[in-house]
Parts: sequence; structure tokens; C-alpha cells
Amino acid sequence: MDNNEELKKFMLKKVADITEFPEGAYNLRVDGVGVKRQNSENVQIVPKEDKSGIDIFIKENSPKQVVYIPVLIMNGGINDLVYNDFHIGQNSEVVIVAGCGIHNHTEHNSEHNGIHTFYVGKNAKVTYVEKHYGHGENIGKKVLNPVTTVYLDENATMNMDSTQMEGVDYAIRTTKGQLKAGATFVVNEKILTQNNQFANSIFNVELIGKQASTKIVSRAVAKDESKQEFHSNVSGNCECFGHIECDAILTDKANIIAVPQISALSADARLIHEATIGKIAGAQLEKLLTLGLSEKEAEDFIIKGFLS
Amino acid sequence: MLRIEHLSYEVNNENILNDINFEFKKGKFYVITGHNGAGKSSLAKCLMGLNKSKGKIYLDDVDIAEMAVDERAKLGMGFAFQQPATFKGIRVVDLLKINKKPLKEYEQILNKVGLSAKEYLFREVNNTLSGGELKRLELATVLNRDLKVGIFDEPEAGIDLWSFGNLSQVFNEFKSSERTTIVISHQERVMNLADEIILMKDGQILKSGKKEDILPLLNI
Repeated sequence: MDNNEELKKFMLKKVADITEFPEGAYNLRVDGVGVKRQNSENVQIVPKEDKSGIDIFIKENSPKQVVYIPVLIMNGGINDLVYNDFHIGQNSEVVIVAGCGIHNHTEHNSEHNGIHTFYVGKNAKVTYVEKHYGHGENIGKKVLNPVTTVYLDENATMNMDSTQMEGVDYAIRTTKGQLKAGATFVVNEKILTQNNQFANSIFNVELIGKQASTKIVSRAVAKDESKQEFHSNVSGNCECFGHIECDAILTDKANIIAVPQISALSADARLIHEATIGKIAGAQLEKLLTLGLSEKEAEDFIIKGFLS
Repeated sequence: MLRIEHLSYEVNNENILNDINFEFKKGKFYVITGHNGAGKSSLAKCLMGLNKSKGKIYLDDVDIAEMAVDERAKLGMGFAFQQPATFKGIRVVDLLKINKKPLKEYEQILNKVGLSAKEYLFREVNNTLSGGELKRLELATVLNRDLKVGIFDEPEAGIDLWSFGNLSQVFNEFKSSERTTIVISHQERVMNLADEIILMKDGQILKSGKKEDILPLLNI
């Protein structure tokens, strides 16, 4: 495929599950430049004046808003750094579909560093969907280093679904959170690495308000000679609840290091961590073989389900 | 139908099965019984290819001894495990869909094993299911296939509140469609369903025959 509209549609479908922009607010960034933008009655997207990026304002009390802000990089040799700040008004409800796809068919590396900060007002509900995808056959690497910082005001909720699909050669993924009383932050992360790819996932969540809670679930599959790291720290200084779960499947010569850390700074903090890493269970493979799948089909079936 | 000749199986130079010869006939119900360590599950797994054995195994006169598990499955062999596997992220419907049938048929299969499709079809096959539920689901995945031979390793163990009567009905239906049924079991009530019982001891078939001929030998 060439660098054309069809390829862009293909990439958009991969990272945001759309081929055309639906009604409502959106911002499309291609090769480091904002190329399409639309506001809606309750959502204003304003370009930053002092640096590259946008401010997204969701009005207070807005019901069920949807905002698309995908990023595409369609060439090699691009180093894109963007600052996007989300200001979610209190009592509003919004789904934000982000995601970045890099198509690099050259010898030069391409890189996207999306620095996203969420300021979520009282009682607001945010669903944040982020997919990362790399495409293109050549030695130019596809690099994605997202940094997501989340400030949740009292009783605010944020559900973050973060997926790194195939094709990303190198990623440092950083997620930070600070939760006030009654706030909830749920993260479901899925990462697939293959060949010589590397991904490092870092979480640091502070529970600073009474009955704040977080659940971070990371499912990772490392194939071939790829490497992954998972570092997480949930700290609580009051009556709060935190749960970190890292589940990983290894195949071939891949390796994964998981370091889940919990820091209880109060006797009332209830924090849990779990980490499981291993190859595909023999019993799972045997069951699928008896249903007529080949070993390769069975492995793919298990991995697809695990990351679904 | 399914014929084994001089079948042997060893682990770390220790004979687990030793020169077994037998023919399972089409549409018949067989129970393989014997004390723990007699070689029952090992034999069942050798038939399915899950254990690598020596000797010949013929399915409808085709030698399948060198075939992989999935190749045997494609020829119409099925296996229900004693301890069903669990899968993260994989739903009941995903497992059943491997055999590409209309959704309606999956519902019927689940009903047969006493699981309501509405409640179970889209549930994950993980540890949130009880041992009994997993066991019945394991049966469903086998019944869902168009089989010539179904091998069931202790299917009655742990089927919780679902009655043994339901299990008998499932097996009677399975058998009535001319499929060969091979069940590993210690239970006399399972033996009551059998056309022939195979008693194993020390990796060999000690005797095969009717229940009344075999039961007195079980304490040997």
C-alpha cells in the first residue's frame, strides 16, 4: 500500500475503529500536524499556542459525549511530540477514542510521543480508549512513548483501555494517576510484542482521598525474542483500595520482567498485587488440539483470546 | 472401527502399557476400568495421540499411529479430559465455534449438558466456573463435534448437582448415532451403560466382557 487515502483509512480503522469521522468532535493529526478538526456543542478543541498540541474542553453536565483524537504518522524520519490536555467538566460523561498508528516503510525511525493529561471534574465519567499500532516493512523503527497523567476529582471515574497491537518496535508507556475521595481509576492494558521489539509499561497511581480505588490489569504476550517490562506502584495514604494484576504469556525466546509494587502509607489502605508469567499451558494446547486445531492455530487462538 | 495392535507406552524406560491388542467396534459403548495406575488414562491418551505410543492404531483401517492429535481429531476422534483446561479471555461460544456450527446448535448442546445458553454461552472459560460447570462444558465441546469415536476420561467425576441420569441420557444419545464411546470409569453405574467392559491391570488388558464377568475380578 502507498501513502494514500486508502492507507490512512486502513490505519484509522486499526487505531480508532473508524474509516470516516462520525458527527461530533474530533481532531486528526497526521505527520505532526493537525489536519482536521471539528467541535460540537459540548466539546471544544483548541490548539495550544505555546507548544504543539490541543486542549479539549468538555462542558460541565454534558451527557454521553464522544471525541475522536487519533494520530497517524505515515512516513519515516518523523519525531512527533504533542501535548494534549483534557479538561472534563464535572458531572459530564465522555468517551475519548485516541490511538496512534505509525506507517513507516523507510530506513529511518519514526516516533510519536503523546503527552496526555486529564483533569477530570467531580462525578465525571471518562472512558479512554487508546490503541497503538505499527505498520510497514523496513528497518526504520516505529516508536511510541505515550505518557498519560490522570487527575481525578472527588467521585470521578476513568476507565482506560490501552492496547499495543503488533508492529510497535519500541515503547515506553507511562501512566500516572492521582485520585481524590471516592474516585475510581480502572486500567485494562494489553500488549503484544514480537521479533526484537521492546515495551516497558510503567504505572504510578496515588490514592490520596478516602475510598479512592484503582484496578490495573495488564495482559501481555511476548513472542520471538521480544522483551517486556512491567513496573507499577500503587500507593495509598488513607482508607482506599488498589489492585494490580499482571498476567503474561511467553513464547519462543521472549522474556518479561514484572515488578508490581504496592505502598500502604496508612493502616486503612488495602492494596493487592498479583503477577503471573509463563508459557501457554500444556492443558490448554492439548484441549484445542483435540478439537482439531493445529499447534500454531491453537497458540494463536489462546493469544487472541488472552488479549481480547 | 478402532483397532489397536501391540500398543506399548513407556515413560523414562518404565512400561506403562505393554503390548495391548483390542478392537473397539462401531456404535458400541466401552468402559475401561481398573485400579489407579492400571494404565486406563494412558491408554485413552495413546488412542487420541496425546501420549506417544508404539504399535499400530487403525481407525476404519487407516493407520493413525503416527498422526498428530489434531489430525486424529479431524478424522473424527474426540476426547473429554478428566480435568478440563481453563482459558483467560476465551468464552464458551469461542470454544464451541471452533467446530463452525449455527449458534442454535451450541444452545442445544449446552442444554444437553444442563447448562443454559443464556447464562453460559458468553461466559469466560476460567476459574469463575465451578469444577462441575467446567466438566459439563468439557462434555459439550466433545458432543458438539461430528465424531466417530468419543473418549471420555472419568466424565461422571464432579458433575455436581447435575444428575447422573442426565449423563446417561447424553451417552445413550451419543451411542444411538452409531458412534463408538470409550469411557474411563470406576463407577458401577457407568458400567451399567456398557456393551463391554475392559479391565486393565499393570498396563495390560486383564479381561474384557460383560459387567457380571468383570466386577468379581475388580478386587484381584
